[in-house]
Amino acid sequence: MLLTSVKRLRSMGIIGMNQRNFGLVARYNPRHLYPLVDDKLKTKYLAQQAGITVPELLGTLRYHHDVRKLKGILSNYQQFVIKPVKGSGGKGILVIVEQDHNFYYKPSGDTVKLSHIERHVSNILSGLHSLGGKPDSVMIESLIQIDPIFVDYSYEGIPDLRVIVLKGYPVMAMLRLATHASDGRANLHQGAVGVGIDIGTGEALHAVQYGNPVYFHPDTRKPFSNLTVPHWDKLLKLAAACYEMTGLGYLGVDIVLDRDQGPMIIELNARPGLSIQVANFAGLAPRVAIVEALDQVDPDPRSRVEFSRRNFAAIRNLIRPRRRTAKSAFAMPVN
Amino acid sequence: MHSRARLYTVVILILLTGIGLILYKHLVLGFPLMPDAKKFVWTIEAKIDFQAQGDPVIVSFALPPKEPHLTFMEEDFASPDYGFSELSSNNIRRGQWSKRAAQGAQTAYYRLSVYENDKMIEIQPTDTPEEPKKPELDEVFLTASMTLLDQVRARSANPEIFTRELIQTLNSPSPNQNQRLLRNDKAGEDYKTELILDLLALEGISARVVRGLFLEDGRRRQSLTNFVEIHDGSQWILFNQDTGKSGKPKNFLIWQRGGQSLLDVVGGRNSQVSFSIIKNIHTTRNLVVDSGINKEAGLIDFSIYSLPIEQQNAFKMILLLPIGALVVVIMRILIGIRTSGTFMPILIALALIQTTLITGIIIFLIVVSTGLLIRSYLSRLNLLLVARISAVIIVVITIIASISIISHKLGLSQALQVTFFPMIILAWTIERMSVLWEEDGPREVFIQGAGSLLTAVIAYLFMTNRTVEYLTFNFPELMLVNLALILILGQYTGYRLTELYRFHSMGRHYVADKR
Repeated sequence: MLLTSVKRLRSMGIIGMNQRNFGLVARYNPRHLYPLVDDKLKTKYLAQQAGITVPELLGTLRYHHDVRKLKGILSNYQQFVIKPVKGSGGKGILVIVEQDHNFYYKPSGDTVKLSHIERHVSNILSGLHSLGGKPDSVMIESLIQIDPIFVDYSYEGIPDLRVIVLKGYPVMAMLRLATHASDGRANLHQGAVGVGIDIGTGEALHAVQYGNPVYFHPDTRKPFSNLTVPHWDKLLKLAAACYEMTGLGYLGVDIVLDRDQGPMIIELNARPGLSIQVANFAGLAPRVAIVEALDQVDPDPRSRVEFSRRNFAAIRNLIRPRRRTAKSAFAMPVN
Repeated sequence: MHSRARLYTVVILILLTGIGLILYKHLVLGFPLMPDAKKFVWTIEAKIDFQAQGDPVIVSFALPPKEPHLTFMEEDFASPDYGFSELSSNNIRRGQWSKRAAQGAQTAYYRLSVYENDKMIEIQPTDTPEEPKKPELDEVFLTASMTLLDQVRARSANPEIFTRELIQTLNSPSPNQNQRLLRNDKAGEDYKTELILDLLALEGISARVVRGLFLEDGRRRQSLTNFVEIHDGSQWILFNQDTGKSGKPKNFLIWQRGGQSLLDVVGGRNSQVSFSIIKNIHTTRNLVVDSGINKEAGLIDFSIYSLPIEQQNAFKMILLLPIGALVVVIMRILIGIRTSGTFMPILIALALIQTTLITGIIIFLIVVSTGLLIRSYLSRLNLLLVARISAVIIVVITIIASISIISHKLGLSQALQVTFFPMIILAWTIERMSVLWEEDGPREVFIQGAGSLLTAVIAYLFMTNRTVEYLTFNFPELMLVNLALILILGQYTGYRLTELYRFHSMGRHYVADKR
């Protein structure tokens, strides 16, 4: 079946683009707060002030003549990530896992020279990857060490977790896994796998690639049935705390798990996409309705997370059918 | 919701204003809603020639009556050095030229532009006839007349049939002696009219002469044709005095009713009048506008029609833009098609209007794909953004110039229209698509490029539609309706058509679950 019916989507509570723009983005996200999330440096400083873990900042380049300093900055670190400050959707990110004299190794094993990195930096500064093509800055961050749990679920790159936070309540989560088809990027429409994660437990619920269900990682053939995201409670609390940090009511929080430091925020998004619903095989609308029905927002992120885990836990798990009955919303342990 | 109620109030107000204005223009001012209504406008020129003899001159000329089914667009009384006045009483109009002293050949002109408006049914004359006066005839003539009348009367039942029989008998190709006597073949048309009127008077039927002009395109030196009109006791009936056919023929303009003279010249000799006729085709809209300006209808006076023709043509294009915008809104909000640049498709559509569809699309594809090739080289040169786009603009212009020159050499004149494409927009399109290519791959470029082109083609089809073009230009109020539609669409929060595909796996699972 190539098309589905409006009735079906409505009964599942799927939110469409128009509804998202009108009822969520325009309603909860005041325009003047956008720079806080569009500029990753600002986000980083804000997060540090709020005590939220973020990857360590190794250096920034603001102008074209700063490119000369690049070699000096890079020489101190074996591994680093170069990012456009105002990039979106993982564009313009260059990861170097090892350097050896003049050669830099990408995760794929390809080697590049310093001149290549300099040109990449110059492109970023010109605004090639930024929103609307505006001139941009470059930030150099420490490389995140992949958590061993994810090693089998990733083709290059590090999986990241997208959590939708509505008025401070995490409502839905998805793990994005780069694949060979997506060329190591975590963009769903380019062929990355989206794995819906149970807000209640951190277990994988359902996974899709190109909108179709998959049951194991297409490159590593590792099944998703025994994938559980570790540090789940801490991760949700980090995500929930971003509400106070930015003031944005409809927020996509991108989180990675570092082997040593645990969950850390890498990016915030003021207009997160809707594919997360496909990955979860569930609509956002019922959860939005629950949050909107609350009289007031609990000021404590921890109790908000508790509320979310209680209310948004999956009733059944599409990947692990055996546990369908055991996992009911009412039987969810709290704390 | 308060804001929503307010929005709908505004929408309804705008909608009512727009529709109200359209209806007013259609129903009251007579603007046709469809472009096809075309009208024939007849321009009739009467030329009056006479020889003046140095005395004061007064020329009195019968003018056609203003009948409700006719619209007189323009009347012109051009004669050098003559004073002119128009006299009218009881729907009988006469034009009068006068001069203190004139010598030699003189000419007076009367020019009339007229068309039949289709709103009114032709109204028959309602005046009541005078009692017919018994003509004074000599004995022989009277006897011949009475014999003829007896014959005709025997074959007829009422005045209408009688008149037809009488005219047909008089015009019979093999006349008997009686008829020949009455007919006097050497006499002219006016004699025949007089004869018929006399015979009818003998029979006690009220009748009068009607002079009129057969309207035929490109005729010169025409004269008026005599018809006979009888009153059968309740209404006037018009008869062709040569055939006996009743009723007004098509394209017959009644110039004068009754026995008054057509032309009186005091102080001149050898006067004669001739008519020439030209047919013009006008769209009804032009006629309405012209007569509307005459009437000084505020709505027309303060409208685009008051601008010079050149500006009007520019507005013809500008007024089409909202239709393009509506198409884009529908494509993006309802269908969910992704385009590169929100309103870029409208600009492409505008270019397509100039180049025609197929040529335009081919040129667009050639320019953009060549531009993308060259842009991919430029990206290796480490240029700053503004410099890079400027370079792309120059590349685009070079491509366009090359296309023009090559196609001209090959004899393909159509491709010369490549210059109608907005070059800055093309350069931006190329830049954006090239960035898209680098970041999201060719698939995304293809999707957005195809989406833009599809939207542009649909907008083009709407914008070149004759009816749409006609309506947007002649009913600029339509923009209000358009605005109201866009405001309503701006509130649409349902699913886009493409989302039914995007979320298609949700439906598939459902089926699997059921089993």
